[in-house]
Amino acid sequence: MLGRTAQNLFWLSRYVERAENMARLLEVGYRMSLTSHREGGESEHLISMMQAAEVDEAFEATGKVATVDTVAQFMVFDETNPSSVKACLFAARTNARSVRTAITSDMWESLNSAWLEFSQIKPRDVRGAKLLGLLQWIKQRSHEFRGALLGTILRDEGFAFSQAGNFVERADNTARILDMKYFVLLPRADLVGGDLDIQQWTLILRAASAHRSYRHFYRDRYQPEKIADFLILRHQMPRSLAHCSRMLGQTLDSLAELYGRRVDCHDAVAELCAMVEGTNMEKIFRRGLHEFLTEFIARNNRVTECLSESYNFY
Amino acid sequence: MDENVPFDEMYASDGSVREPYRVLKQWIEEQPERALTLMQSDAEGLFRKLGITFAVYGSDEGNEKLIPFDVIPRIISAAEWRRLSKGIEQRVRALNAFLYDIYHRQEIIKAGRVPEKLIVNNAAFCPQMMGLNPAKNVYAHIIGVDIVRVGPDEFYVLEDNLRTPSGVSYMLEDREAMMQLAPDLFQRSRVAPVETYPENLRRTLQSVAPDGSGSNPNIAVLTPGIYNSAYFEHSFLADQMGAHLCEGPDLFVEGGKVYMRTTTGPERVDVIYRRIDDEYIDPLTFNPDSLLGVPGLFNAYRAGNVTLVNAPGTGIADDKAVYTYVPAIIEFYLGEKAILNNVPTYNCTDEDQRAWVLENIGDLVVKEVHGSGGYGMLVGPTSTKAQQAEFKKKIEARPDNYIVQPTLALSTCPTYVQSGIAPRHVDLRPYVLVGDEVRITPGGLTRVALKKGSLVVNSSQGGGTKDTWVLED
Repeated sequence: MLGRTAQNLFWLSRYVERAENMARLLEVGYRMSLTSHREGGESEHLISMMQAAEVDEAFEATGKVATVDTVAQFMVFDETNPSSVKACLFAARTNARSVRTAITSDMWESLNSAWLEFSQIKPRDVRGAKLLGLLQWIKQRSHEFRGALLGTILRDEGFAFSQAGNFVERADNTARILDMKYFVLLPRADLVGGDLDIQQWTLILRAASAHRSYRHFYRDRYQPEKIADFLILRHQMPRSLAHCSRMLGQTLDSLAELYGRRVDCHDAVAELCAMVEGTNMEKIFRRGLHEFLTEFIARNNRVTECLSESYNFY
Repeated sequence: MDENVPFDEMYASDGSVREPYRVLKQWIEEQPERALTLMQSDAEGLFRKLGITFAVYGSDEGNEKLIPFDVIPRIISAAEWRRLSKGIEQRVRALNAFLYDIYHRQEIIKAGRVPEKLIVNNAAFCPQMMGLNPAKNVYAHIIGVDIVRVGPDEFYVLEDNLRTPSGVSYMLEDREAMMQLAPDLFQRSRVAPVETYPENLRRTLQSVAPDGSGSNPNIAVLTPGIYNSAYFEHSFLADQMGAHLCEGPDLFVEGGKVYMRTTTGPERVDVIYRRIDDEYIDPLTFNPDSLLGVPGLFNAYRAGNVTLVNAPGTGIADDKAVYTYVPAIIEFYLGEKAILNNVPTYNCTDEDQRAWVLENIGDLVVKEVHGSGGYGMLVGPTSTKAQQAEFKKKIEARPDNYIVQPTLALSTCPTYVQSGIAPRHVDLRPYVLVGDEVRITPGGLTRVALKKGSLVVNSSQGGGTKDTWVLED
């Protein structure tokens, strides 16, 4: 397979996953802002959400005041924001066009029709109640694409590269969601149990579609340590760091098997996995949750770099 | 027959239905009201979803457009097709023989059948090809022959496309769409399959692989990339053939051999179906500014380590000025009379002919020798006085830059338009593959001028396409 094709497949999956995650983050930011009753609370929540998405500076550069409307326009439709849903879908489709021969027609049609439908949406029509519907739609289209991929693509190197993109991006995103409100997850006696905190934890779980699966898993009320545990260390949780890094490891192993050699990215992913294997939340909290997440994101990026070098992305 | 009414593919001059269209006519009559309207809009949705688009240069409406598809097929009888395909095969054999000769001993020039000046001074002549022996001596492997019809038995070749003819993906997708839209119509007719094209293309490309590349040579389709107007087709064909879809930077030359950059390192490439014009394929040999090509590619080709399809320099055989000589070319190499006629063409460098042309320009078609895509041409009967005056000046200034032909009454075919079903002018581009043998796909691309009365069928000028049926006996 051409190195460029592998690269396109990797980024194609990353961008679809990112579009979905932007929708998830925006939903959380939106819900948080709705429940804030303090002066300036709305924009504070939205800005911390944009920090997590690493688009806060780009937003600031637009000179706009952060309101639900301005932030939604920026995160969904603004082409100058490289992480906006529109930019992600466009980049995903452009990558897909470049590798039409390496993806199935079901994958292409799913992505192409998502793009065509999205292009029909007028930004000014998406206000208030309409926003949540749109965000839901974006998530669904991402699910549909993933379904088309899993159901139709050949299980060869192309599959491995697109899976790698998917899990790298998702791990990155979950780490960022956690980091956005890491302080509310810190076990601090004085904060535990406040209504506002519970609400924020719920939203963090919701951003990962985990607010109900948490209940099934722990049979318990929401507790910060457990929420962090769920999203970081539990393999059963498909958006957890443990699950994403393990899947990434397995994916890269399949490439090693296929190509008959192990390369730098295999060491890099082993280091990533080691961060979430054989540890517990107590150790992570002791070390500092924010520091832990920062290192995880950096190691995750390192995997992408090694992958690009090892498999001749250019 | 009324001189002013063009030949219609479906209706004879007495209003009766021509035999190949009998089943279709019946089928149309059986359709409930609005069924065709629905089919037409279904077709558009289908094409958009599949992403079958092309780009129009200089158009503001985004760079991806659909070529309009017409739901009424164009039908050719088995007997008509037999004659057409014999004529086409004869033509492509002669043109390949011509190319071999032009790039070797140039016997045809020595024999005085084609003027030397026309060849060696021609921009399409590629001196780098002199003395080079391509695999199986084939230069033009993939050819589209543009044919028009003016009467029941009167076909003319308008143009031979020997460089990188496009449109074959539309032939295939039009058929796919038609079968989805009107499966019952296919059940009632015996339509020859066109779906064999990708398989035959692969066979053709394999058959011209360099010696020693093994039984399963590595084939790449070389595309300028996703912004090229025909990118859809490039990816479509690569996909259908199971070939690698490469851009220039994906390939490199080392030690006179061509490799592609894969995830596991360099991999040898044996055959390149390139969809990049001659000028851009290799900055070391041709245009040094080209970023699309592969440095050193031509030397690898010269060394016989890779086959380029089509060969560089084939343009000398489809040049509009050389076109006039094709009947002579056929006679010279095959010793046969041309089965398919050329359109009579006036030579503006001849003083008498030029004077006549300038006088009658309102009835004539003027084409730039190196123009394509319907750009740079004048259709006399539908032009304004100002346009005619402009072309007169152009011809006087550079008579060798233009060829002039009578305005042919292209045949019409019933077409679904806003006002209902109405006749529109059509042409036909069958696709030919030349390798170890000549393979002609029964069918082709029918282009239709959707504007009433228009004779310009190019997609860049508002033309559409139709599924093209060749009936089996």
